[in-house]
Amino acid sequence: MSEAISELSVSLWRGGREGRFETYTVPRRQSQTVLDVVSFVQRHIDPTLSYRFACRVGVCGSCAMTVNGKPRWTCRTHVSKVVAKPVGGRLEIGPLENLPVIKDLTTDMAEFFEKWQAAKGVFAPSRTRRDAIAQIRPDTPARAAANAAIECINCGVCYAGCDTVRWNSSYLGPAALTRAWTLVNDERDGGNAARLQAVAAAGGCHACHSHQSCQELCPQALNPTAAIAGLKRRTAAAYLKGEIKT
Amino acid sequence: MIARQFKHRNSALWVAALVHRLSGLALAIFLPLHFLALGLAINGAAKLEGFLRWSDQPPVKLAESGLVFLLTVHLLGGLRVLVIENFAWRDRQKQLATLAAAVSALVAFVFLVRVF
Amino acid sequence: MNVQLYVWQRLTAALMAPLVIVHLAVIFYATRQGMTAADILSRTQGSPAWAAFYGIFVAAAAIHASIGVRNILSEWSALSERRAGLCAIVLGAALALLGFRAITALVLT
Repeated sequence: MSEAISELSVSLWRGGREGRFETYTVPRRQSQTVLDVVSFVQRHIDPTLSYRFACRVGVCGSCAMTVNGKPRWTCRTHVSKVVAKPVGGRLEIGPLENLPVIKDLTTDMAEFFEKWQAAKGVFAPSRTRRDAIAQIRPDTPARAAANAAIECINCGVCYAGCDTVRWNSSYLGPAALTRAWTLVNDERDGGNAARLQAVAAAGGCHACHSHQSCQELCPQALNPTAAIAGLKRRTAAAYLKGEIKT
Repeated sequence: MIARQFKHRNSALWVAALVHRLSGLALAIFLPLHFLALGLAINGAAKLEGFLRWSDQPPVKLAESGLVFLLTVHLLGGLRVLVIENFAWRDRQKQLATLAAAVSALVAFVFLVRVF
Repeated sequence: MNVQLYVWQRLTAALMAPLVIVHLAVIFYATRQGMTAADILSRTQGSPAWAAFYGIFVAAAAIHASIGVRNILSEWSALSERRAGLCAIVLGAALALLGFRAITALVLT
């Protein structure tokens, strides 16, 4: 472990929906991440703290929390980046917004994944193993659009940062709609009739107001605003052709 | 909810969306009053003339330039949405959003200066 | 219904974009120093062009504003979707009525 260069005062949310921020003092170290700070509190100060993490290298999406008011991956957020002062400085960590709090820094992600299903963000095969393998060119516009949106690891940051999710409980959210968009652009997929119907329903893509918080916050640099705009165009065209029942 | 502030709400694009919504709401409230004022002419020019002269006062003119700002900013904000939804993505949106606000303020300012 | 409302909202928006620019020009012209109600009426009375332009504008604005207000009410107020929709329809009807009355006042009297 590297030497402590000073101390850091960190406020962590303790409790469920009701609760309060409690303050802890942790040693501040070089190259320290916010996840390091949370782990330190749980291991050395208060073992009753609840939090989630897994890979700690930015590929699993488990450790997202609200850090100084902004939803981020804590394993990839250096303390030096969010705490302005090199000595002292405050750090406030809470659970992700827009999701029910289970305890302390953990949230119940069930509605996030339920909305994923509701948006038909699931591949619907159109061939069997006896058919020839589909030849997909990576440079077609549709595949390029799908590839640009495919790297979502379901971390929930966009969902936590979306004000439309906050204001409209039936809104499916940026992640679910982005995944639906990748499938709409997948020429192997056979489920688009139902999928377009699903994303055109109440709480679907038309509820998006293009605030673009999702695009600004996504740690994978995905662009849900653009994906949702694409869905708006596809559903409008489908509606005008009579393919969507409203 | 718990977190006290959303840092991303300082983004020019988020502010653009909020201003678009609030300006639309203000215009929707103003519009019936505007129609009622114009409707004063239904029995001849006299009542409308009376209203127009009443509206010559500086505070009313100031409010009118505010309305011009709201209309222009709502138009430009709406164009932002139409472009995002119908055309290829462009990256310099933050600068364009800020420019739109500046243009709206300029138009309102020109209105104000002309009426005084 | 969402797709319908979305399409109507965006269509009226696109339609009104050039109309608003013309209207801003009209505002600037009509607020020149010394313009009286009689001056304005002498330009608008009996003019099918004014009636058509503002007739389209009023209809589009009534539709656009009511859909927009519906969104605001359903997201920011505690009203149910149905109630928000009803309020929106009332607003749209009021705007259309008052708007066409204003056009009548300026063009037909």
